[in-house]
Amino acid sequence: MFAYYLDLAWRSLRRSPGLTALMMLVVGFGVAGSMTTYAVFRGMSGDPIPWKSAKLFVPQIDAWGPVQLSGSGAADGAHEPPDALTYADAMALLHDHRAARQSAIFAIAPTVLPAGAGRSPIPVFGFAVDDEFFPMVDVPFRYGSGWSADEDAQGAPVVVIGDALNQQVFGGANSVGRNLDLDGKDYRVIGVMQPWNPQPMFFDVVDTGGFSSDGPALFLPLQRAIVAGTENAGAVNCPKGTQPGTGQAGLRQSACVWLAYMAELDDAAAVNGYRRYLDAYARSQQAIGRFDWPPNNRLRDLRGFLEYQHVVPDDSRVSLLVALGLLLVCLVNTAGLLLAKFLRRSGEIGVRRALGASRAAIHAQYLTEAAVIGVGGAVLGLLLTGLGVFSVNRMLPPRLADLAQVDLPLLSLTVLVSVLASALAGVYPAVRAARVLPAWQLKTN
Amino acid sequence: MKLHPILAALRKHKAGVVLIAMQIALTLAIVCNAVFIIGSRIERVNRPTGLDESNLFLVTQQWVGAPSPDTPDGVEKLDAMQREDLAALRNLPSVANVAPTNSVPLLNSTWAGSVSLKPAAILGDKSGTRTVYYFTDEHAFSTLGLKMAAGRAFTAADVQHQGARDNPSRPIVIVTKALADKLFPKGDAVGKVIYSDGSSSPSTIVGVVERLQVPGTGSWVNGFAWNSTLVPTRLDANFSRYAVRAKPGQLEAAMRAVTPTLYKVNPLRVLDDDSVKSFADIRAKAYRADVGMAVLMGVICLILIAVTAAGIVGLTSFWVGQRHRQIGVRRALGARKIDILRYFQIENLLIAGGGAVLGVLLAIGLNLWLITRYEMAHLPVLYVLVGVLAVLLLGQAAVFVPARRASNVSPVSATRAA
Repeated sequence: MFAYYLDLAWRSLRRSPGLTALMMLVVGFGVAGSMTTYAVFRGMSGDPIPWKSAKLFVPQIDAWGPVQLSGSGAADGAHEPPDALTYADAMALLHDHRAARQSAIFAIAPTVLPAGAGRSPIPVFGFAVDDEFFPMVDVPFRYGSGWSADEDAQGAPVVVIGDALNQQVFGGANSVGRNLDLDGKDYRVIGVMQPWNPQPMFFDVVDTGGFSSDGPALFLPLQRAIVAGTENAGAVNCPKGTQPGTGQAGLRQSACVWLAYMAELDDAAAVNGYRRYLDAYARSQQAIGRFDWPPNNRLRDLRGFLEYQHVVPDDSRVSLLVALGLLLVCLVNTAGLLLAKFLRRSGEIGVRRALGASRAAIHAQYLTEAAVIGVGGAVLGLLLTGLGVFSVNRMLPPRLADLAQVDLPLLSLTVLVSVLASALAGVYPAVRAARVLPAWQLKTN
Repeated sequence: MKLHPILAALRKHKAGVVLIAMQIALTLAIVCNAVFIIGSRIERVNRPTGLDESNLFLVTQQWVGAPSPDTPDGVEKLDAMQREDLAALRNLPSVANVAPTNSVPLLNSTWAGSVSLKPAAILGDKSGTRTVYYFTDEHAFSTLGLKMAAGRAFTAADVQHQGARDNPSRPIVIVTKALADKLFPKGDAVGKVIYSDGSSSPSTIVGVVERLQVPGTGSWVNGFAWNSTLVPTRLDANFSRYAVRAKPGQLEAAMRAVTPTLYKVNPLRVLDDDSVKSFADIRAKAYRADVGMAVLMGVICLILIAVTAAGIVGLTSFWVGQRHRQIGVRRALGARKIDILRYFQIENLLIAGGGAVLGVLLAIGLNLWLITRYEMAHLPVLYVLVGVLAVLLLGQAAVFVPARRASNVSPVSATRAA
């Protein structure tokens, strides 16, 4: 029966090639427009670590007090605490070690001096982290591993380097155990990562803005970076009207926030326990007179924090809405055109009904025809989506555009949306067509 | 022509009428809001920075193995290295002037702070105003092309130098007119004293520049995008930035000359492809996302309008075909071609008008919803009115071809079977 409907659809479409082409064009453009925008949006809002994001949490501690923050919630203690931690708070949290795994994080930008004459220095971007950082966010290693808790505590001069830096300096060989000159100091390579560039750069969105075109080039032990006075290369936010003192030491003593923090909490009980711990910590700071305001902490899970930080630009959300609007208009449009097309064939429907075709058969026939248009639209849509994503990549900044990619899920979604949209648009016209009264129709003809 | 027969006919095609009206309403609502967003992007991208941007470029370089900027000795050495660089660049035949600076507008590298009318402003003091500092020297004004609005520019005697992370007093500053007007609404800022970053040592305003944008382009600078403060200080660190104005027409020559010149002064430094950037490139990079999003949204709006027009053409064509015989009858009974044309045009006007009314409500509703969710301004009435006019015209344009075909139906067709 389906083959027969396909045949009927084919004949009917061939009878009015102009209208058919118009409908396919409408579906194709509508789907391509939405899919291109969706590809950009998907790239930016994707979960960078879907298997673990529900277990990763970002604590925020109000180290500044309500007077620092304006807005409606400032008076009643409902204001948002700063989005990073002060050195004092980060170290206290690390020391108390209440989560399954945790790490303070700050951005660094040292210069690598490759060994050998005539090689120019390489400025790199990386992070200072704790030993638990690597298993916590599942950093993929090619050679070696992260450092141990002991090495961390002793401030051992070790370094984990990225794949690109390993290629550049060591020609891609297993460089574990070899020395790397960072800002004139020797570090021993302890691990080499596989190419790793999570988007958004979820463990430190405050510093990276969420997106970077290259992954982190290296990781240093936090304690080592502090002892060596490695400069913080990330954002520093200070309470209004204050300035940190000189160098990293000044930063450590200031009330400025500059450290990102991440904790792994395995279940709801652990999360509640950690919340209570944060409040107890803030009360203890109140007790010693450091905070003269009640505890005001946040513990957002990773997705919640990315949302709160507006990592996905508003623009891309709004343009996704516009694109969905386009799809809706295309749907309405196709429905209108199909209605016109189907009702023009009232005579044919009358004959079929008179000869015994049931309403369900008429429904099936016209929905098939709508779906055939959807398939045509899908083919066009695929071509246009490819073109769209290609053009978007030329237009947008590389860090955003790299995220918009044509892949199998996007292609299947394009086909699915196209066929479903056309079938959906065909529902009302098919119902109307099946309502044609055979006797009346035959008589008027 | 009476409307009654048209309305009576419309009632026979409820579904088609509703579909076209809905399409027009949705198109109006979406396009109005999208065009408004695109408009505000374009306005943002086109706002002048206050610089003379032609022939301007920026050099960012890093010394390798440089002395530490945290010791007085190191600061002196770094400053000597910086002055050497500046002298070498100023001597280039293609260069008009050079100024050291920590940043330039649109570079998104910001030294933010706050200035207050009172000394040692305490935390959360409301009298503070946010600002962004440019640390530079007396060459900044001719190099960047800044226009003085009042007072004087820096002189060589004003210029100090300091380690990049020190926080010494700033006895002399120049502010933008926007910041001056905010601090001193009477317009008498020159000669007045302000205090920066909670400091208790005064800074005297010696001049006011017409306009100078802050380096940040994100939404976080929205409240203080024009509140810049110029400080006559060379910052000394292991890296430095130089704003360079090339002589007219010699921009490329000057940009090419920079790298060999600086390497000749001191080879121990990092200069890569990104180190020498024309201001046009800085501007393009800063606004690339804005422009890209505006273009993407614009293309989607165009598709939307084309789809709606196509829908009107398609459905009206169907109605013309369906009413072939009735049209023939009307023509046979004496209706002129123009009457038939007018009939379809008025019919479309009614449908589009209905759709537009619904569309205005939808457009305003969508705008209000967007305001609650995202940073967005109220949709000006003008946009909506122009939008209504545009969809009515779009409807008329789309209906013209099928309507003319209708008007060409011969009266004889009344006598033929359908």
